[in-house]
Amino acid sequence: MDKEKIYQKLNPFSQCQKYNINIWQCPSFLFPLSGSITIVAMVSTYFIAVEYARPEIVALIVISVAALLIIVNYLITKGFENLAQTNQLKSEFVNITSHQLRTPLTGIKWTIDLMRKSKDITSEELLERLDDIEESNQRMIKLVNDLLHVAKIEQEGLTLNPENIFLNKIINDLIKEYELLANASNTKITLETELDIPPVKIDAQGISMLMHNLIDNAIKYTKEEGLIKIRLIKKRKTVRCEIEDNGVGIPEMDKKSIFKKFFRNQNIMKHQTVGSGLGLFIAKSVIEGSNGKIGFWSKENKGTTFWFELPIN
Amino acid sequence: MKKILFIEDEPTLQKAIGRYLEQEGYEIENALDGELGIEMAKKDKPDLILLDIILPKKDGFEVLKELKEDEGTKNIPVIILTNLESDSNVEKALSLGATTYLVKANYNLEEISKKIKETLSQ
Repeated sequence: MDKEKIYQKLNPFSQCQKYNINIWQCPSFLFPLSGSITIVAMVSTYFIAVEYARPEIVALIVISVAALLIIVNYLITKGFENLAQTNQLKSEFVNITSHQLRTPLTGIKWTIDLMRKSKDITSEELLERLDDIEESNQRMIKLVNDLLHVAKIEQEGLTLNPENIFLNKIINDLIKEYELLANASNTKITLETELDIPPVKIDAQGISMLMHNLIDNAIKYTKEEGLIKIRLIKKRKTVRCEIEDNGVGIPEMDKKSIFKKFFRNQNIMKHQTVGSGLGLFIAKSVIEGSNGKIGFWSKENKGTTFWFELPIN
Repeated sequence: MKKILFIEDEPTLQKAIGRYLEQEGYEIENALDGELGIEMAKKDKPDLILLDIILPKKDGFEVLKELKEDEGTKNIPVIILTNLESDSNVEKALSLGATTYLVKANYNLEEISKKIKETLSQ
């Protein structure tokens, strides 16, 4: 091992940086800190005791040092708890994603089985089977892309190239793109907009990903006849976009975690839908990276409205 | 003709199994969620039920429990067909009275059809 490496190992800051942890949550920093405090306190208490022989002062110093050590130790425990929690989240996530991947994989496998079995298949049936395979395949691609985006956001932050974007144009294009899917799920998407909505500065790919995620969610969580209303409003120095659906809504207990990554509804058994639990995390990163704000309100069985505001250039 | 009820919320999987088993000479009925599944099982009295675990409205365990508690449906064999894989789930399903527990991704339709045939002939 060369000197560089030894130095790296011993330097708590670089250790903490490597794992991307704040130093006040990082055991590699907090342990040596706690140790140094103890040594300094012991030595200085000795000198102070020799200098001023009054026991009250010494007792006071010992008590305050002990209090300080309790705080540092508390931080260490918290740090470990955080690490354990992240670890658990990751394994849960691996579980959920593998399950999410398994469904389209099974779809492809079984559709091929079926095609093999059908001897005289008509060309119409053949096309239908191929559509099924394609749909499953698309779903896998989207899931893997979301995963890669999240990994990238975590490692290097979001790389955004802001440009002037007219939101009404983007939304109109999306409504056309979603026409087929929306019809298939018996959902109508409308856009209400004020006349002169100025352009906003945002990354083109980012806003497209965000709008896709929000519209996908609105369709996905709406049963029976759906109505998705998108509104564009100019609000002083920002443009506000609202996406309202009349879907199943977000349960109270889930509201605070909705933008966290890997989060899916508490009870995935009942609320299983296609999804990775990454869409809204990506959406939030895009908006906040562009100095905007994002939020939502929701009532169970009534519907959900997601909104975001972006500064006008 | 033997009647099979498939309780599954994924249209692609429903279609694939449904068409395959129809060609094998079974009559297939589909239910898209747990509640509907229970209702159809009670009404139509199928000869066998294929049951997913992750389902809207009522999950597969709840469905299984209700089916086994009902006099009219408790003797219908239930094969769990899911992509959830864990020993605790298998144990839970079997203790609730499921006949077999199959992980979807690990079986092709021929093998599933064979399991159905075996179960029906028992």
